[in-house]
Amino acid sequence: MQTYDLSTGSLRELNATLHAQNEATNQTTWEIMNPKGAHAIACGLDSPIEVTVRGSTGYYSAGMNQQATVNITGSAGPGVAENMMSGKVVIDGDASQYAGATGHGGLLVVKGNASSRCGISMKGINIVVHGNIGHMSAFMAQSGNMVVCGDAGEALGDSCYEARLFVRGSVKSLGADCEEKEMRPEHLEILRALLTEGECDAKPEEFKRYGSARNLYNFNIDNAY
Amino acid sequence: MSNDDSGIPRTTPRQSATFSQDVNSEIRRAAATGIYDIRGGGAKRKLPTFDDLLFLGASISRYPLEGYREKCDTNVSIGGLNASNPIHLDIPITIAGMSFGALSGPAKEALGRGASEAGTSTTTGDGGMTPEERGHSSKLVYQYLPSRYGMNPDDLRKADAIEIVVGQGAKPGGGGMLLGQKISDRVASMRNLPKGIDQRSACRHPDWTGPDDLEIKILELREITGWKVPIYVKVAGARPYYDTTLAVKAGADAIVLDGMQGGTAATQDVFIEHVGQPTLAIIRPAVKALQDLGMHRKVQLILSGGIRTGADVAKAMALGADAVAIGTAALIALGDNDPKWEAEYNKLGTTAGAYDDWHEGQDPAGITTQDPELMKRFDPIEGGRRLRNYLKVMTLEAQTIARACGKNHLHNLEPEDLVALTMEAAAMAQVPLAGTDWWPGKTGLF
Repeated sequence: MQTYDLSTGSLRELNATLHAQNEATNQTTWEIMNPKGAHAIACGLDSPIEVTVRGSTGYYSAGMNQQATVNITGSAGPGVAENMMSGKVVIDGDASQYAGATGHGGLLVVKGNASSRCGISMKGINIVVHGNIGHMSAFMAQSGNMVVCGDAGEALGDSCYEARLFVRGSVKSLGADCEEKEMRPEHLEILRALLTEGECDAKPEEFKRYGSARNLYNFNIDNAY
Repeated sequence: MSNDDSGIPRTTPRQSATFSQDVNSEIRRAAATGIYDIRGGGAKRKLPTFDDLLFLGASISRYPLEGYREKCDTNVSIGGLNASNPIHLDIPITIAGMSFGALSGPAKEALGRGASEAGTSTTTGDGGMTPEERGHSSKLVYQYLPSRYGMNPDDLRKADAIEIVVGQGAKPGGGGMLLGQKISDRVASMRNLPKGIDQRSACRHPDWTGPDDLEIKILELREITGWKVPIYVKVAGARPYYDTTLAVKAGADAIVLDGMQGGTAATQDVFIEHVGQPTLAIIRPAVKALQDLGMHRKVQLILSGGIRTGADVAKAMALGADAVAIGTAALIALGDNDPKWEAEYNKLGTTAGAYDDWHEGQDPAGITTQDPELMKRFDPIEGGRRLRNYLKVMTLEAQTIARACGKNHLHNLEPEDLVALTMEAAAMAQVPLAGTDWWPGKTGLF
């Protein structure tokens, strides 16, 4: 295992070192010590390495991730795994706002709670939150799946498109054009797989599914307010 | 003047200046449809412009340079403050961001061809980077927009610069629109949306708000791209002094400042005509912000919004811009609104020069459309040639003026070379009203 200590090294050197890893690297496991809330840790990775950040991170950790697995043993600041393309990001603690924003692929797992705007504008990413999520989550969510084992805050899925939103607990309110949808067998299969991959022991049958009512897909003056 | 039946003279029917025929027709349209008018382009209303400024030229105290013979350079470097690979342009006229989606693939290709041949950059838009565009653009600026349609780190690393779009002159505070007629299979797939829906782009970024966040966002983008490429921040001409100050403090390498004549693919007409400031009014506050920070000429200022001629370029640069960007003018150079399609414009209820329903995807010139049949009318090679010619003419015009003012580089033009024809232009450009040594607010603050 390679260890990098941010109390003595620089963010630039760390990210440059991680970016230099390619498909053939034999340095596949990395440990980052003393993150102390630094921003942009392990962003832009593009190789099948596993990086464990020992502590909590600032903004945009694991941003635009491709292929890599990034574990954060503490909590993550705003925009963790934003625009992720592939790979996996796991946060042992809580995630601040915009977790997984605009993500195109991969899996984001938050073992604690996620704050507001979780999965905002998501475009194919899968997100599993063991706890609760805050208000305006999945706003304008385009595609992908969001699994919430706890409760959802206000205005879930406002103006969403084709993303699937699964919530086990209560939903404080649904956003514009978001409605409860029928849970069909294929959805239970998707849920089961995501719960397994997200290391969550909840049962798929305990969830409800939400998604777009598709009334905002074409402009209609009666929808304006 | 006519008489009525009893022979009493009748007054001539008088149209209201307030309720003009234009206004009345819009009231009737709104009453019939119940929805606001959506259109493309920039502000059409009459505004103070660069036409209200004049160059003084040379005199006994200033000697001119010989036209065509003495050197007058036009090159500009953008982004050297933080980027290891700044952009070097032969001419200070760039192509503004326009999306694949709003424009056809061949139109984007033509913009790349023309810009590359002229030695300048072109810019992606709200819809991601297409291989055609990257392939035909020697220098491509990749826009980082609130929607993040098509955004991915591979394309980010292929870009020669990144432009974080905060606002657009046509609609400061507004997001984008692309109506269903233009959401073809390819556009839908690039944007990860269902085909045929009316697509709306967010008006603000999903993962940052405010200047402190922006600084961290810029850090992230620099880390992902290895601090190689310049990062521009594009703002609408809403609060140019403060927006420029905040963008510089957040770490921008260049500011793109867009006035209300700057075009959009589609938004509400009320937005285009009533929100924002004229291009002429925004440049001096932005330059002052850079000067106050000691960053003028270190952080480059790229001005856009209604730039049409070499004279406009020269005036923008004399007032302190490092470069300009053109959008609408570039489309016209490609063939947009050409009178040769007049019969077809008439069928659409409009006329050449006034056509602005770009969002409907029925462009007779085949530029602002995704219709395969209409697209065939547009030849990207010929379009690229026309754009190159136009950029060349603008550059020659700007050089002509600069030489007449005794300047051996366009960057050496200065406010002292200008006077204003109107009080408004004098106040906005902060150059003397012609025949005086005074402008309104000369001792005031912005």
